[in-house]
Amino acid sequence: MTETRKIIVIGGSAGSLSVVLYILQNLPSNFIIPIVIILHRLKNIPSEIDKIISLKRSDLKVKEPDDKEPVYQGYIYIAPANYHLLVETDATFSLDYSEPVHYSRPSIDVTFESVAQFYGSNATAVLLSGANEDGTAGLFAIIEKGGTALVQSPESSEYPIMPAAAIRKNEGVQIFSPQGIVKYLEKISPF
Amino acid sequence: MIDAEIDEIIQVLKREHGYDFSNYSMASFRRRVQRVMNLYHIAGFYDLKYALVNDKKFIGHFVHEISVCVTEMFRDPQFFKKLTDKVLPLLASYPTIKIWHAGCSTGEEVFSLAILLDEMGLLQRSRIYATDINQEAIEKAKKGIIDARNIKEYTQNYIKAGGKNDFSVYYTARYDNAMIKKELREGIVFSQHNLVVDGAFNEFQLVCCRNVLIYFNRTLQNHVLSLFYSSLAPLGFLALGIKESLLFTEAKDKFDVVDNANKIFRRKV
Repeated sequence: MTETRKIIVIGGSAGSLSVVLYILQNLPSNFIIPIVIILHRLKNIPSEIDKIISLKRSDLKVKEPDDKEPVYQGYIYIAPANYHLLVETDATFSLDYSEPVHYSRPSIDVTFESVAQFYGSNATAVLLSGANEDGTAGLFAIIEKGGTALVQSPESSEYPIMPAAAIRKNEGVQIFSPQGIVKYLEKISPF
Repeated sequence: MIDAEIDEIIQVLKREHGYDFSNYSMASFRRRVQRVMNLYHIAGFYDLKYALVNDKKFIGHFVHEISVCVTEMFRDPQFFKKLTDKVLPLLASYPTIKIWHAGCSTGEEVFSLAILLDEMGLLQRSRIYATDINQEAIEKAKKGIIDARNIKEYTQNYIKAGGKNDFSVYYTARYDNAMIKKELREGIVFSQHNLVVDGAFNEFQLVCCRNVLIYFNRTLQNHVLSLFYSSLAPLGFLALGIKESLLFTEAKDKFDVVDNANKIFRRKV
């Protein structure tokens, strides 16, 4: 039953790559919940983020999903540059090349809202360091559909604007340091 | 909006107006609908349904706004480079090169292709049929006008794509607009074509359809890919968006992979 499966979505912008790497490096090797990562990045430049992650953790299965690729357990998915990343009701990814949101494509809001729609209370969303307000509306949708919203504490963020905006505008977000985020994710893992 | 409401909107569009969005990617369609509602200050499902049934003018706007008209010149420069290196030299052997650019939007990628064909000395004997569902986009494409504010980015893309000239020889800029040189556009026929309901209309050596299939579900993707298959000459080429895979479709055994990273395929005999 794909409907009952959990998913983790992590969004970040400026100052978040090191935190993403920290989180992934510290996850147990049998971590099975699929993780979808949305990072703001330059377009029209082939990206190396999946390779950087693979270098740090060669045991993790990391990939940029193609359109209509199924969401598999045990995988880490990176939103491709210059597309929005959505999830369909049959648990496949859809890409979308429509207008940027918050000057960003991929936009964190777009993926968070789409994941909230389909995964509801099975979704855990994590918003990291960044310098704009992408992610705030997305976390609102996650909470509204019964999911869990975690935000990196502004004090621990290199660029606190994005987490601070999300905390200011959303009741019910939980605030953690990067270490706290790892602990939380370990806790929801079935193993 | 909940799923049942989205379904009902789709039924209204089909029943009242003959537009069939039922096999579109729902995640994406939902966003587009929400976007139109925000744009036109429509409060909720019932107001939207009322407008779609009763407001003749609105339906035109709605369909226009639902289709994604975002495009750029030499998007994914490495794709255009591979096309120039691996595909265009093989097309050179045909006396007339026929190309279908499906889902061309306002034409930016078609102009990009025309420039590369020109630089290989192939444009004079190329016929490019460029189609889109969106009539407004086609009308804009016919004019050959692009937004001059994007020229700097396009120039960088062009260089990365392996362009041989100074990009500025291909357009004339005036204030906010730039016009693509007429000589580049003479071999291009722009017309409206709906991939959902319209059929094959010619045989081509190259079909280019980038970032259109992403808006369709697998059923419709299969339908459109079989349309492309029957529109291609044996050993003709198919170019999709760099994240559009044949792997999850029924067409995967009908094509050979020419370049997987850039999603260039070749019809088997």
